[in-house]
Formats: sequence, structure tokens, C-alpha cells
Amino acid sequence: MTLKMSGAEMVIRALADQGIEHVFGYPGGAVLPIYDELFQQDKVKHILVRQEGGAVHAAEGYARSTGKVGVVLVTSGPGATNAVTGLTDALMDSIPVVCITGQVPTHLIGNDAFQECDTVGITRPCTKHNWLVRNVDDLARVLHEAFYVARTGRPGPVVVDIPKDVQFATGTYTGPKDVRHKTYQPRLKGDAKAIAHAVDLMSHAKKPVLYTGGGVINSGPKASQLLRELVRLTGFPITSTLMGLGAFPAAGKEWLGMLGMHGTYEANLAMHDCDVMVCIGARFDDRITGRIDAFSPRSKKIHIDIDPSSINKNVKIDVPIIGDVAYVLEELIRTWKAKAATVDKTSLKSWWAQIDKWRARKCLSYKAHDDVIMPQYAIQRLYAATKDRDVYITTEVGQHQMWAAQFFRFEEPNRWMTSGGLGTMGYGLPAAIGAQMAHPKSTVIDIAGDASILMNIQEMSTAVQYRLPVKVFILNNQYMGMVRQWQQLLHGNRISESYTESLPDFVKLADAYGGIGIRCDKPADLDACIEEMLNAANDKPVIFDCRVAALANCFPMIPSGKAHHEMLLGEDVTDEEIDKAIGKEGKVLV
Amino acid sequence: MPNTQPKSAYFIEERHDKPEAHTLSVLVDNEPGVLARIAGLFSGRGYNIDSLTVSETEHEKHLSRFTIVTTGTPMVIGQIKNQLERLVNVHRVVDLTVAGDPLERELALLKVAGKGEKRIEALRLAEIFRADVIDASTEHFVFELTGRTNKIEQFISIMRELGLLEVSRTGIAAIGRGAKGM
Repeated sequence: MTLKMSGAEMVIRALADQGIEHVFGYPGGAVLPIYDELFQQDKVKHILVRQEGGAVHAAEGYARSTGKVGVVLVTSGPGATNAVTGLTDALMDSIPVVCITGQVPTHLIGNDAFQECDTVGITRPCTKHNWLVRNVDDLARVLHEAFYVARTGRPGPVVVDIPKDVQFATGTYTGPKDVRHKTYQPRLKGDAKAIAHAVDLMSHAKKPVLYTGGGVINSGPKASQLLRELVRLTGFPITSTLMGLGAFPAAGKEWLGMLGMHGTYEANLAMHDCDVMVCIGARFDDRITGRIDAFSPRSKKIHIDIDPSSINKNVKIDVPIIGDVAYVLEELIRTWKAKAATVDKTSLKSWWAQIDKWRARKCLSYKAHDDVIMPQYAIQRLYAATKDRDVYITTEVGQHQMWAAQFFRFEEPNRWMTSGGLGTMGYGLPAAIGAQMAHPKSTVIDIAGDASILMNIQEMSTAVQYRLPVKVFILNNQYMGMVRQWQQLLHGNRISESYTESLPDFVKLADAYGGIGIRCDKPADLDACIEEMLNAANDKPVIFDCRVAALANCFPMIPSGKAHHEMLLGEDVTDEEIDKAIGKEGKVLV
Repeated sequence: MPNTQPKSAYFIEERHDKPEAHTLSVLVDNEPGVLARIAGLFSGRGYNIDSLTVSETEHEKHLSRFTIVTTGTPMVIGQIKNQLERLVNVHRVVDLTVAGDPLERELALLKVAGKGEKRIEALRLAEIFRADVIDASTEHFVFELTGRTNKIEQFISIMRELGLLEVSRTGIAAIGRGAKGM
């Protein structure tokens, strides 16, 4: 199939041929020809954001909640540079995004032209790959390659930079089927010998643990199903990173909760004491491992990952298995059954008895109050009110994010969108808009903080324009809570610049944008107010200003520079312990 | 030397593995920006580049071959190889040092100025080192020398005493031994 058309037409045609229905973007001089083509068709719907950064987060929310590729369209110069944070975010969290940027005409490149920047140079380290298309006859191929690279292997963001003269020029269009990438062919199937070795280790394990991550979600719904089957088959305890929540249901009896810096006591101690660790689609990030030289010192480690560079990066692995989670788990389960492998039941029973003792510490408990809403309580009530709904949760970054991860319970994959690797404040609202575009009938809630929400508050205007009923649930403590908590832990409680003295009136702000504002400051009113939010008009966004205890800390916590078994638990922590929690070496860490 | 630099948030472990020098051959699509991609990977992740040489080696396929000499602990060398392979337009990465004692050669051009005894001595030594004279006047020579790095280093240090003005070096080109290709 070959057709003659302009570069701008090719862009729209390629999006349509890739099955793309939604594009998040913002027009400008260098993309006008593409916007003109957008105007003349109805296959691809454009969502006009209020800042390009919002477009990328919206595309991320769209991608994460659907498993599809998110698409962004922005102009040259500031359009591209505003997208950089979102691209870096998508790279860190392995989210497939295709970002199309306009560029000044080829003859002006390098001339410091108006709204020119070296987009491919700037985005090279924050994308999986990028292209500057100088010839219109390369455009269709590059666009289809871009989608292929974004979604294949370990997913990630890509940028296609298209000069304006290339958008006007006429060339030959080729369809997606005619494009095959010559170098990028990631390996999907795991090595059979390594898998057999893993089965052997697992069947002899006395204290096993499954440590899963965002790779399970990225691998697709089948991977989550296979993970559940593996747990049924083995009865192994399972924990997950922030990015992997929902791959295994929180209601499952084998579920230990999230692990890591703000993970549960039982999950972290199981990681520390285990003898066989099966890491599935996670990357031993520093938030997970704590102090590396004291990380799970007595375990044999099996690591399933599609990206070979994740293996042995931070932690030495005994059995690496390179491949896609779904392919590898399928083969692992098949091998397990074929070998008629069994688990060491006696040992497993005493391991579970140990885990139950850890669970009995009830590490997530907090002191409830009658007169002030505890942030943990707010999340618990939000969960209770929405658990029977078709719900998608996004977050910003900070204490509220950790409380959401701890207290909201996810039963299914793709329901939880958060900025894990980069930790981007301002992610949640645009991501919620993206998720709501993809799931118009569902309940989409951005669990937010009062500081984070202001970083991309302008996207309220987008939500109003497209009649998206996203709910912004702000845990408002008037602080950058996590910054304040660290200042308390590390810097003698000197609260340097982490208090916002003049927050807007969020109820009036919602009103000003054309949305609905609700405020709640009493525990007794909370349930009714949440109901009001959930039953609000289905064509307007809601801002819920939930006034919570100002100085609550997020526990449990592994302080910087400490190991998994050196956690601070919430209820018991005294002020002196907080003062002593982080040593000199830990203070330089983040 | 113990690594006292915290590499990640929790990295306060001192590594005792000794750094090793490895020579990598990297076959890539010769596209604009490919050098920046590879150089950026090294600088962004804090890896060392001791030497880097690149040229298109297969014109019909537009393939370029990088020869990179780098230093790191075995774990870091493994990471470098994996990170390079992860780049979308990298075809293959071969650690020639692991494959065994690769052939490594460098080319250097040296400009040496002088008169009288020193000039004669420079020419005499160039003959011993099998350096060619590729430009000359009554007041200078330009020598061309190929060989292993230590031979070139030695020649340069001798010429320093005999009026060495400037040196230009290519960095290492390397290839594995034996009948098999990479």
C-alpha cells in the first residue's frame, strides 16, 4: 500500500492506522499543518490541555489505565521543553508514550530561530529513542517505528520531531504492516534452563517471597492472571512495589502489602529474612532495597525482567531470566506442573506463622481522633465508599501518595496511576484526565496533596472543557508533608519553606473553573461529603478539600541508610527516636 | 580504591572489586546523533571513557563500529554492555577483553621541531620505532606511528626531550583474534 500525501496528513493517517483515538496536545506555530489536518477529520480526537506538561501526564494516565500507547502532540521550542518532565517520568516508569513535536523548518535548524530548540538533543536522555525527520519519505516509517519502539520490550516514551516544511511536503505513505524494525527485537521468551533452575529453587524454598513490580502490569492482563495462578500453585507470600499494585489482589490471603521505604513491616521483614526471592518485573530500586549491603542477605535471588540492564544493576542475581513477564510466568507454571513440583509444606507453614507474627504488629495503625480527620482515615473512608465502583486512582507525589498506596486496596491491574520513579508532583490531575478520557463511565479519583495539586491545577480547565467528572481528593495539611516529615527527621524540625502560607480557597477555585467544590474538616461529616463527591454531576470535575491533621507523619518508614529490619513503626515512635533515626551517612542520601 | 561516592540514595556500601579496563566493539546504525547517544549514555550514568574510536565500516548497510575502552568493576562493565545493547540503533556489543586478548592498535602523528644533534637523534629513534616521516622541513618532522598504546606512549615521551611540539592520536581500534567475526 503506497499513497501520496503531505507530511501533516501522514501524521494523522499513521495515528489512525495505529488505532489511536485520543491525542493530548497544545497547538503552536510549528505544528499548525498537523492541527489543520486534525480539524478536517474525525477519527482522532484531540484533547486540548492547558500546558504541554499536562499533555504528557494525561497520555501517561491514558496509557497506564488502558495498556495502549498514549499520544502527545506539541509545538517546537517551549512546547517540547515543557514536555520534558513528562517524558522523563514515562521513561522512569516504563510508560509507552509517542510524543510528536513540531520543529522549525529544516533550513532554519541551528539558526536560533523563533521557538527553536534542539529537541532531539534535549530529549535524548529522557526518551527510549527519538527521531528528527528531515525527509517526508521517511516520516511514515519513522512514525510506525516510534509506536513499535514505545510499546515493545520495556515500554517507554519516544519523540518524533517533525520540521514544519516536512509537514507541508508531499511524500509516500506506507502502512504499519510494511514496517519492521531492523535492530530492536527484544527477547520475550525466557531461557528454559534458567526457568527450570528457578522452579527447582522455588520448590525447595523454606522461606520464599514473591516481589513483583510494574513490569507485571506492563506485560498485560494475562501476566496478572498468571501471577495469581503461580500464587495459587505455590502458596508463597507476595509483595509488590508502588508501581505493581493491583497485579495481585489486595484481598488475597497471600498479600503482604507494599514493600519498601513506606511498605509494611511484614513485607519488608519477609524480604529481609527470605531464603528465595522471586523478583518479577521490578528493578531493585533504592526505595525498595534500603541499604544495599544489608538487603536480604541470606536469599537466593531469581529475577525476571525484559530489560537485561535491570539485572545485576543494584543487587547480585543468582538466576536471571530475561523475557516478558507473561511469557516467562507461563513457561514457569508449565515447567512447575510438568515436573510435578511441590513446595516444602512444613517449612512454608512455619514461615507463614512467622509472617503472621509480623502482621500482628499492625504496622499501619494510627491514632484516630474525633475532632480532626487523620489522612489515613480519609483514604480508608474513600476506599470504603468506592470499593464497589469501577474506580481508577491517580496520585500526586508525597505523603498522600504513600497513604493512598498503603490504605487504598487494589484488586485489579491498571487501576492505579502514580509517578513512582521520577516522583513528579503535578502528575495526578492530568493523569486522571487521561484515565477519564479512556474510561468515561468510570469513577476516576486523583488523591492529591495541597502542594502537588497546584503544580498542574490549570488542567481543571481541561476537565471542565471536556466535561470530565474527575474527582480531586486533596489531603490538605497546608504543608509539603513529606518535605516537612524529612525536615523533622533530618534537620532538627526546622520547617524550611515547606509551609504554604497562602493556599487558595479550593472550593472557590473549583467554582471559578466551572467545577464543583466540597470542603470537609470533621471526621463525622467525612462519609457524607465523600458520597456527595461521588454522586456529583457526571459532567463536571470536583475538588474535595479534605482538611486533615497538619503534622501527621507517614509510617512505617525505613529511614535513609538503614536496612529492612530497621523500620520505624508509626505508633511507637517517640520524638527522640525520630531525632536519632538517621545517622550521619544517611543524611547525604535522598 | 574504595568508592565513597553514594551512587544511589542508599548506596553507602564500599565496593572492593578492582576496576578493570575492557575494550568493547559496538556495531551501530550510522544515523545522525548516534555518537551523542553513546557518549551521553557514558556521561549520564557516570561511566568512564578511556578511548573512543568510530568510523563507518560497512557503507552499504550504513553500519559504524565504535571501539570503546572503558574502566570499571566487573558489575559496572556488565552494566555498560547491557545499557549499550538497550539503545535502539545498536546492533551488537562485544566485550573483546572477555573474548580474549584482542588486537589493539593506535595511530599517532607527532610534530617534532629542532636542529642539529636533536634532529638527527629524533630521526634515528623514529627508525627504531618504525615511524614514518610524512612531512619535513629543515626545522621539523611529522612522524606517523602505529602500534599498541604503550609503544606510542613510549615514543611520545622520548620525543618530548627532542622538540615535540604536538601530538594527534586516533584512540584504539581493536579486533578479536581468530577466524571468527564479531
